[in-house]
Amino acid sequence: MSAADRISRALFGFYLVAFFVYLFAPLAIMGAATFNASRFPTVTPWQGTTLQWFSELWSDSAMWQSVWTSIVVAFFVVLIALPVGTAAALMLTSLHARARGFLYAVMVSPLLTPGVVIGIATLVLWRQLGVGGGLFLIVVAQASFIICYVMLMVAARLQRFDRTQEEAALGLGASKFMVFRRILLPFLKPALIAAAFLAVLQSVENYNTTLFVRGFDTPLTVFIATKVRTGLTPAVNALALIMIAITVLGAVAYEIARRRQARAGKAA
Amino acid sequence: MGELYKRFGGGLATTFLALVLLWIAGMVLAPNIMMVDYALRPNLPPSQIGGPNDVYSLDNVLYLANEAVHRSIFFKTIWASAFVAFATFVVCYPLAFWLAQHATPSQTAIALLALTIPFWINEVLRTLAWYILLAFRGPLNALLLGVGVIDEPMRYYGNGGVLAGMIYAYILFMLFPIYNAIESLEKAQIEAARDLGASTWRIHWRVVMPHAKAGIATGCVFTFMLAAGSYVAPALLGAPGSRWFTEIIYNWFFEGGDWNRGAAYALVLLVLCLAVVLVTLKLARVNLTDVAK
Repeated sequence: MSAADRISRALFGFYLVAFFVYLFAPLAIMGAATFNASRFPTVTPWQGTTLQWFSELWSDSAMWQSVWTSIVVAFFVVLIALPVGTAAALMLTSLHARARGFLYAVMVSPLLTPGVVIGIATLVLWRQLGVGGGLFLIVVAQASFIICYVMLMVAARLQRFDRTQEEAALGLGASKFMVFRRILLPFLKPALIAAAFLAVLQSVENYNTTLFVRGFDTPLTVFIATKVRTGLTPAVNALALIMIAITVLGAVAYEIARRRQARAGKAA
Repeated sequence: MGELYKRFGGGLATTFLALVLLWIAGMVLAPNIMMVDYALRPNLPPSQIGGPNDVYSLDNVLYLANEAVHRSIFFKTIWASAFVAFATFVVCYPLAFWLAQHATPSQTAIALLALTIPFWINEVLRTLAWYILLAFRGPLNALLLGVGVIDEPMRYYGNGGVLAGMIYAYILFMLFPIYNAIESLEKAQIEAARDLGASTWRIHWRVVMPHAKAGIATGCVFTFMLAAGSYVAPALLGAPGSRWFTEIIYNWFFEGGDWNRGAAYALVLLVLCLAVVLVTLKLARVNLTDVAK
């Protein structure tokens, strides 16, 4: 190995370490600050290790209110996005190539629209109809783009569907509804579960769209952002830490389920 | 459409059709059309709506063109978002290349898992992490003071903080598309270029990057769009002197009380983002279908 090679190797190693430090250090510092007794969340100086911020968080009724708001919103978003996204995916597969291209472009357009614009467009339409910001509009605005993700995930799975199964069932005398319920839906189930998981995540984490249509309701992300402006204490870090823990556990479970599915798919 | 009915029967097919129509017409098209309508109308007191003054014009858009402060913030948002896209590309490219071409399978598996974790975490929380890191009496200042790089703590908030937060928040939207694109490049192509005497730079410039063009374009489109439409990073990390275009839109709605002007500004942002998306995809000859993956 020449000297130049060794230098470039060392440089790359340094870059690699720097990249992962860059990726994780801010999160680690945010997490560590939860346990510092300092009133402002920081790790310098360390004023003593404490769990007081968790108990402070626990007794914050506004936080619980916002957790509840986020749960309600996510529930209804999933309730709307799953059937509509599935219907959209099924419709795409049964169109001719040209019409499909156009419809597809319209259907994915919300993913290419800035979140604030989705919120604003929803807000002005519903004001015209006499409905102001609040839970209902948060659900409508979020669903309008989360449906896209469901549609894409279901469509991806549909591509591997073997239509002869449907024909066989029809030939054996099943009704069309029965075929849908007993053959297609079970086939789509893994995609639907994954899509529901992603939809909940997208809904809870959304800020840009929600901000414009929230009215006087305060979901979790808005609650956190407001706290940063009005009085940030490590209790917010405690909340962040809990949310990260839940997200990571969920993501790992999702990954495991996906791999098991992939393996089962290969074996079959 | 006939196909849909033939496959699922009248009841189900009609339900599907109704659901999709409700979504596309009611939740995607109608809101955007109403926003355009708002953008083109003047802001009038309720008594004058529908009256002789209630006519379509481009006044609200022209207002943006003529108002010096808003115009400069608009242009700043464009170049800063382009910078975010460029910076994320520079930071990600070596890692994406290494993961796709040089890492062993187990290294790749571990690295991808480690990379997905921050990806799942809420954007607001990732921004909060930077808020804490950059705080006046925070860890970064403490570190730099300790090492002796600076003598006094610095205030990082402002444009620098906003950009740092955005690059951090959107970096993986750049990494994954590039990684996927480079992964499909045959090692033999790189070796052939090397055997023919190409330098490392030349191999990347003439072989790897052209091959990964679609992934690079996708990454750029997403990071630009996310940055231009971002509200969290400028709201948390910005200073009064470093406003972002989305913040001005927000003010028209909730402080200025002029929804028509706000809608016009939002429309300008939408048109800008769509134009960037379409032009980039056209230049890189990428299909919309490939982007949505």
